[in-house]
Amino acid sequence: MKKLIRVAALSGAVALALTACGSAPSDDDTTPGAGATGGETTAAAPEEVDFKACMVSDSGGFEDKSFNQSGAEGLQRAADELGVQINMVESTAATDFTPNIDQMIADDCNLVIGVGFLLEDPIQAAAEANADVEFALIDSPFRDAEGGVVTIKNAKPLLFNTQEAAFLAGYVAAGTSATGTVATFGGIQLPSVSIFMDGFADGVAQYNTDSGKTVKVLGWDKAKQTGSFTGDFENQANGQNLAKGFIDQGADVIMPVAGPVGLGAAAAAKDAGDVALVGVDADWFLTAPDYSSIVLTSVMKEIGQAVYDTVKEAAAGSFSSEPYVGTLENGGIGIAPFHDFESKVPAEVTTRVEELKQQIISGELKVESPSQN
Amino acid sequence: MSTTPPLPDGAPGEHVPPPAGTGTDAVTTTKEQPEPRSSSVLREILSSGWLVTVLAVVLALVLSGVLIAAADEEVQKAAGYFFSKPTDTLTAAWDAVSSAYVALFHGAVYDPSKDTFAASIKPLTETMTTSVPLILAGLGLGIGFRAGLFNIGAQGQIILGAVGAGWVAFHLDLPPVLHLLVAMLAAAVAGGLWAGIAGFLKARTGAHEVITTIMLNNIAVYLVAYLLTTSVLKNPGSTNPISPPVPESAQYPALLGGQFRLHWGFVVAVLAAVFVWWLMSRSTIGFKFRAVGSNLHAARTAGISVNASFVWVMVVAGALAGLGGSAQVLGTDKVLTADVAASFGFDAITVALLGRSKPLGTFFAGLLFGALRAGGFAMQARTGTPIDVVLVVQSLVVLFIAAPPLVRAVFHLPTPGTRRERAPRPTTKEVAA
Repeated sequence: MKKLIRVAALSGAVALALTACGSAPSDDDTTPGAGATGGETTAAAPEEVDFKACMVSDSGGFEDKSFNQSGAEGLQRAADELGVQINMVESTAATDFTPNIDQMIADDCNLVIGVGFLLEDPIQAAAEANADVEFALIDSPFRDAEGGVVTIKNAKPLLFNTQEAAFLAGYVAAGTSATGTVATFGGIQLPSVSIFMDGFADGVAQYNTDSGKTVKVLGWDKAKQTGSFTGDFENQANGQNLAKGFIDQGADVIMPVAGPVGLGAAAAAKDAGDVALVGVDADWFLTAPDYSSIVLTSVMKEIGQAVYDTVKEAAAGSFSSEPYVGTLENGGIGIAPFHDFESKVPAEVTTRVEELKQQIISGELKVESPSQN
Repeated sequence: MSTTPPLPDGAPGEHVPPPAGTGTDAVTTTKEQPEPRSSSVLREILSSGWLVTVLAVVLALVLSGVLIAAADEEVQKAAGYFFSKPTDTLTAAWDAVSSAYVALFHGAVYDPSKDTFAASIKPLTETMTTSVPLILAGLGLGIGFRAGLFNIGAQGQIILGAVGAGWVAFHLDLPPVLHLLVAMLAAAVAGGLWAGIAGFLKARTGAHEVITTIMLNNIAVYLVAYLLTTSVLKNPGSTNPISPPVPESAQYPALLGGQFRLHWGFVVAVLAAVFVWWLMSRSTIGFKFRAVGSNLHAARTAGISVNASFVWVMVVAGALAGLGGSAQVLGTDKVLTADVAASFGFDAITVALLGRSKPLGTFFAGLLFGALRAGGFAMQARTGTPIDVVLVVQSLVVLFIAAPPLVRAVFHLPTPGTRRERAPRPTTKEVAA
């Protein structure tokens, strides 16, 4: 036992010595401010702007492979490209929101962005109490006590008509399916999740109307608003099992709306061989390279872009409380290119999807979801 | 019958629990029959001295300091050339750790950088606000621990309390003070009944309370998530699972005026601590609880209904945790979400253990944990130290509290009474490194 400890200690010391042998930097180029670290980043490349944009995550944290992460990336990009100062704090639970927002205000932030509908009330209260600070909220409008949507003059909601893009993805999925069965599932039944599934189901229905076929959707019933959920946004094994169940029932295109849990579904699809995947939030062909060969398309929700644009406007002094709504028209949402599936998606489907997209943009075709804000 | 001895004065935030082994001595007499292992472990944890408690907290802070330094970018950079200029690494480490802990203090107690006294003292009121559910739930758990019941269910009981309070707040239309009182009562009843299920199962079937309370936690989590999608709790105007705001008539009034979040829930927590002290040290029921906890066979022989005690211990614990839930909904958050209990129910276990399950100890332990939580926000916002470090501090505190011999070994303290193997010196080195 003692010997073992000695060996461990020795090898530890050797490892430390090897890694610690670098040469010290000369005294002239001392690194600035050892006290301020991590969260407080000052971009060096662009000219520094006297504007501080800050972000408070919801309980998912900034590494959730979902909207918190997208938001944080948008804010980081704003720091890199616009030269604004930023600060980000993570919440571990709903009770952390108000203290975190207070800390951001105390840290002289000019703009405070809350990620997720759970921050609606805390952001609203902070906006009303701090007229000289600007606020933004991702994924929810502001409401009064009776539930009516209200405008607050120093707070901007960032919303997404995700169902429009999911509609197109559903159409592509139905048009590409060889078995006539497609599937979708969610992590937890939240509006920001089921909005994807509503659009997807509607897209499949549209394909059935157009082609006279009867492609089935497993995992979601839009009329009843019920379907399959894994129960969290963490456990990939659940995603894998659920996806496997769908594959056993004949599904050959699956859209998992469950953040990292979707990777479990991707594993199941890859094992099955001839099953394709529809990614969500970002283009999975790029973000999940292990599975790029089975990614048919992705429903993209450009939260990062929305954050970036909001910071840019606010830094330029042209902040407005007008809600930002990501649509197919302004590119706030969209579907990713088919990449490897370019040749496998029937040509008439590709053309029809483009047509439908134009119809949605022109307002001729309305895709709606009860989860829409 | 022994009583709680006079206690040394302690500044808020500093934890000074009563000396060891006071409350239970009178009834710890017969020991022929083997007892369940869990309760003997529990007793050992509860009976170690206050010095060990303080040292455990100190040790946790020191170890977390090492983590803060290791996670710091400047330190990592300087460590790359440690041997050519070791002072850089040490300076960077000192800067990182000291600025993090200074921010923690400023965020939890007093912030001298603010212009007005009110703004400077606001962090302390935040600490008090955050500590309310911890104290209330911790008091409840402490009763259970002293009665030999390892109740892990405060999380679920807080949630149920919040649901009860929320339902009354949203659906009944009552005049101001009455509305609040009815909502509090509903919270206590809902939490008490929820915990009572575990007590009943233990009394009737012998089902272990650790298992049943953990399962009840899960059920509560999904129950509130479900209720938030129905008209029972959901804001009719919203598509999201979130309740309407709590009407003013059902809110805990602000304790120090509108600029602070501190509300009357804190007073409720103080009163609850006094009540628990009375219950456990002065009342017959409390004596029965403690008798059952010390030796349930002896208690049974003495004519105490052990089964009834199990149920009532759980009901009282659940009612207190439920009140903690009401403090969150009606006072701090003023809205009900699925996340209402945060991790309070689990942190409260730590609070109760740290407080040696005594009311005063639990009160100060709750304040300490409230301070860690409140200060954690400032630490994260000002120095970029991940909020996870606060969780690590809390977890390390539990770790050391649960292993008193380890703390004694580190500080070379004598071991009271029991036989001990050779002092594990190598362990000391590893821990200190």
